[in-house]
Amino acid sequence: MITLLFFLSSGLFLGWSLGANDAANIFGTAVGSRMVKFKQAALIGSIFVILGAVIQGAGANATLGKLGSVSTLAAAFTVALSAAATVYWMTRLKLPVSTSQAIVGAIIGWNLYTNNQTDLHTLTKIVTTWISGPVLGGIFAALLYLLTQKILKRVRFHLFYRDLSIRLGLIIIGGFGAYSLGANNIANVMGVFTTAVQFPDIHIGFITLSSTQQLFAIGGFAIAIGIITYSKRVMETVGNTLMPLTSEAALVVVLSQAIVLFIFSSQSLSNALVSIGLPPIPLVPVSSSQIVIGSIIGIGLLKGGKQIKYKVLGQISVGWVATPVMAGIVAFFMLFFIHNVFKQNVGFTSDAQRGQVTHQSVSDSVNHIEKVGSFPKNKLEQSEQNSSVQSSFSYGWMISLLLVVVLIGVVYYFRMREKRQKALGKEKVDELENFIALKAKSLEQEMESYKAEQQTLDKELKYRQNEMVNMAMNIIRKYEIVGQIKEDINRIKKEIHDAEARQALNKVASRFSFSVMPE
Amino acid sequence: MSILFRNVKELVLEVDEFLSTVEQGVLIFKQGVYNYLDKEEETFVENIKNIERLEAVADKLQRKIDRELYLHSILPQHASDIEEMVDKVDEIIDAAKESLYEFDVEIPYIPEVLVNDYKRLVDVSVEAAAAVFPAVTTFFREPTKVKGMLTKVYFYEKESDRLSRSIKRKLFHDMDDLKLSQKIHLRYFALHIETISDKAELLADFLSINALKFNL
Repeated sequence: MITLLFFLSSGLFLGWSLGANDAANIFGTAVGSRMVKFKQAALIGSIFVILGAVIQGAGANATLGKLGSVSTLAAAFTVALSAAATVYWMTRLKLPVSTSQAIVGAIIGWNLYTNNQTDLHTLTKIVTTWISGPVLGGIFAALLYLLTQKILKRVRFHLFYRDLSIRLGLIIIGGFGAYSLGANNIANVMGVFTTAVQFPDIHIGFITLSSTQQLFAIGGFAIAIGIITYSKRVMETVGNTLMPLTSEAALVVVLSQAIVLFIFSSQSLSNALVSIGLPPIPLVPVSSSQIVIGSIIGIGLLKGGKQIKYKVLGQISVGWVATPVMAGIVAFFMLFFIHNVFKQNVGFTSDAQRGQVTHQSVSDSVNHIEKVGSFPKNKLEQSEQNSSVQSSFSYGWMISLLLVVVLIGVVYYFRMREKRQKALGKEKVDELENFIALKAKSLEQEMESYKAEQQTLDKELKYRQNEMVNMAMNIIRKYEIVGQIKEDINRIKKEIHDAEARQALNKVASRFSFSVMPE
Repeated sequence: MSILFRNVKELVLEVDEFLSTVEQGVLIFKQGVYNYLDKEEETFVENIKNIERLEAVADKLQRKIDRELYLHSILPQHASDIEEMVDKVDEIIDAAKESLYEFDVEIPYIPEVLVNDYKRLVDVSVEAAAAVFPAVTTFFREPTKVKGMLTKVYFYEKESDRLSRSIKRKLFHDMDDLKLSQKIHLRYFALHIETISDKAELLADFLSINALKFNL
């Protein structure tokens, strides 16, 4: 049991990370905008993700099985771990990533390593859905948005009732979205284990849970734990930054995403289409994040397309190539490691296994030839067979090396671009800082010169004030002296009786009275 | 979910009650000023008591609406806008009450020749406020139609400005028998009455911007 749990752990980790990240595509806006409480969202999301996985997860899983039926537990563990490591690594590198694309790449990596044929028809079908998923999301979103707008214009809701109905819609559609996410994406989490792990059927009343459904239930729980433990932070980020949408638009985005995920996972819908003579729907795990982006772009185009960041489309396209290639390479090397270091059976096909056996027998025969000096016929045939297997291996190695080089190139390009952008940003910041410093310095100098000028003016003002005070004091003093002289003249005038002298004194006195300041 | 539905229903009723309380308050204000101008002291005192009571009810409802908006996280993205709008509505009844208090406390002497001017000013100022309340109700149901309803508010506000100016001009140009202190006193009373229409205009501006925002 512990061994089984250990091998399942990589799938469970993948499930946890899916729950932590992709639940935000469903409840992100609702929780981020505080329309729905996180506890409510987590509870509804967890329940419906498990239900979707158990009830409807088989369809998409069958397609992944056609791409590569990973036959041993060790191989399944490695493939899931490779996908998880790729998702983690690419997220760290800030590259666009999808679990669905990572698992497909990892399965192809397993096919390459174990010399299994990759079904090109299935691969084409899968790749087509990666493109058609976001496109369909955009179309549905645009149509639903138009419909919602028409309904809201016709029905005169009170703002508070409108809020209530949107809230209810976000919860119900969120439940549907979680169900569809579980149905469509559980194959990413547990799909690789379905061949390797076989449980006995469980009967609960009328319900019978097959081995695959039990595995999917376990995977569903892992997703639920991801939602409960870690999605809150992601939801709050998504709700506030990545999708600045109105509540109505958010509702439409979640609904279109849920519909697309449901379409690509519903066996009954596919059967219904076949029954009326239409082609079946490819049941394939698709990236919920990319459908959300497609939906937002759909609404954006409907509104005139001015606010759309077309760079995101380019990033998705890079993700379509980079994620599976990287996951494939990681899976290839990890399988090599698990196979050769831990000596685990990673599910070679009979030819390849034979190749390994003959490889051993060839070395035996070489020893034998050295000993007896002859070349037996059957040994020669075996060595020819062995050489063909070896050449197929070396061919695989060459492709892998080429892919590694391409991948390193892609990663290097992105890292360099990021560095360049950072350097450019730093340069600009430095330039701005220098400019500010210079400006501050010139302002300081200007201030200093103003201060000096002000000081000079202050001094001059003080000097002038003193001068004025002195002048005023002088005038007052002169006025006092003149007053005293006038008084003296008057006194003398009273004492002198000579008319001429008195007249002369009067004349002098009149002069003084003329020069005296007004009273 | 039924609890949430009940909460929303209660909130809708509370908002309607709040608006009708403020509307009543504004009408009481008009009556009160008329009583003062016609020297009907008893009814004037009665109306002061009425407006006090209505203002207290409006305040209580305002607090309740604010609390419930946040407590039940109703319209979480626009809760602050709704709160601001409710506050602006409440400012109208606050201004009406304050204005009536001023009449009661300062007992301005209003010359007989100005009584009709003051009555006309009160009419127009209260009309501006009365025109903004239906727009608030419509804002909650059909934000697209709000803008068309605000024309009346702007018209009455301009009219009250004009009347207030004409009273001031009369006071300072034609009435030499009044003391300067009396003129200044009466000028302030024209201003107090005009405040009601100013507050209505502020609310109308707010509604006009937010109606667009809610339609986006």
